[in-house]
Amino acid sequence: MADQQNIAIAERKEWMGLLARAPKGALMELWGEVGAPPSFDWLRSPEVGGVMVRGRTGGTGAPFNLGEMTVTRCSLVLTDGTVGHGYVQGRSKRKAEAAALIDAMMQTDAAGDIRARVILPLSQQMQAASTDRAAKAAATKVEFFTLVRGED
Amino acid sequence: MYVAVKGGERAIENAHAWLAEERRGSPDIAELSIDQIREQLSLAVNRVMAEGSLYDPDLAALAIKQARGDLIEAIFLMRAYRTTLPRFGYSNPVETGEMTCDRRISATFKDAPGGQVLGPTFDYTHRLLDFKLAAEGEVPAAPEAQPRMEPTPHITEFLKGEDIIQDEPFSDATPGDLTREPMEFPANRPLRLQSLTRGDEGFVLGMAYSTQRGYARNHAFVGELRIGKVAVEMEIPELGFAIEIGEVEVTECETVNQFKGSKTEPPQFTRGYGLVFGQSERKSIAMALVDRALRWEELGEDNLGAPAQDEEFVLSHADNIQATGFLEHIKLPHYVDFQSELELVRKLRREAEERTALKEAAE
Repeated sequence: MADQQNIAIAERKEWMGLLARAPKGALMELWGEVGAPPSFDWLRSPEVGGVMVRGRTGGTGAPFNLGEMTVTRCSLVLTDGTVGHGYVQGRSKRKAEAAALIDAMMQTDAAGDIRARVILPLSQQMQAASTDRAAKAAATKVEFFTLVRGED
Repeated sequence: MYVAVKGGERAIENAHAWLAEERRGSPDIAELSIDQIREQLSLAVNRVMAEGSLYDPDLAALAIKQARGDLIEAIFLMRAYRTTLPRFGYSNPVETGEMTCDRRISATFKDAPGGQVLGPTFDYTHRLLDFKLAAEGEVPAAPEAQPRMEPTPHITEFLKGEDIIQDEPFSDATPGDLTREPMEFPANRPLRLQSLTRGDEGFVLGMAYSTQRGYARNHAFVGELRIGKVAVEMEIPELGFAIEIGEVEVTECETVNQFKGSKTEPPQFTRGYGLVFGQSERKSIAMALVDRALRWEELGEDNLGAPAQDEEFVLSHADNIQATGFLEHIKLPHYVDFQSELELVRKLRREAEERTALKEAAE
């Protein structure tokens, strides 16, 4: 039971993180193709705020405050009582609303459909962009060679 | 004494209207879009985010446009906007060891695991103006190679195995936040790093350069410099667990410095640390050098009286918004202040003349 709960949390962290980082355009396009969203009530309507990002001294030591980033959040409840939260990077209230609705629907019978039509394609797009950068970085890796000095 | 003076409303309005027109420049030239600034002047955007202390590329691009490219004015706009935002909370410290690196170099270890990855760097360019950029044209795609997807380990981890570098002991202590509490001295290292990472690039660079030229020399090697994206995670009370709320690009620099040892510490290498929003490597290296210079006391080094060792001097003057605010206020009307100065100088002058006259009469 506890294991199942941990798996459920791990999965939810996964999609919420994906939605938070997703480029707004890509998310809204996929979400727009899903069709009319279910009706819901706001628990907290979208608001823009800041989160203080922390680092660590030397990368591994004591925390320090690095600077803020913009975040938009909201919470809503579907008519069946399922609660969805949206926490997304940036200042788009529409993106936060879409993220909260997706978060709620991923906890209902619609999960399979939403996963196939939004989560997976979004994840693939973002992975492809990341792999593309990694491939360009890899091409700038220095291959050293030592010149024969001819001392012997 | 401040005395309210009325008038000038029309002059101010007209000045701002002219400012808007000058900002636009010739209407025969296409207007700059926010997207163009964000994509094509990204290093300026990065600087405005780092010193504005707010990571939001679109906002920084807007600020640069509004400020007509005056980056300190743009940083001012970001800082002002930041104060209007409700604070949702503090993130967990970012894991820079998990960074997907666009660039990662070490000046100390040639064969570092993960390799020397140059990334999109100005290094090794000839610094000759490229007139091809003055003409429009397609840019060929950058070459690609087999991507390396696993995390790149920190270089200092290898030295730690040998116990020859000072440790950075892990802690979960809550750091002070100078956006909430004014800076007090002596400050601790977390507060110094917060102040330096949002400090003026030119000022921090100058301070770092002074240590290289001999004012509190601490002979730094760039142990590692890495640029890339890190995920930002925050505990969400209503969920009861932490989620990623986004990702930020950062530049991290770790310096490795000579250290002869002290009464309590054996000879070993010590460290300076720089972490800055965006691709900001000059600032990040400078931050690490200044961080190291400011650590003289905890490392039992001598106070050489060098500016870069003087915490109060460095941290009180690193913030370009505080500095420009105080500097530029002297151009605003000080008519009454100056009137009293004028009266005083005239009076002193009269008295001096009277004394001379008396002296001459007596002779």
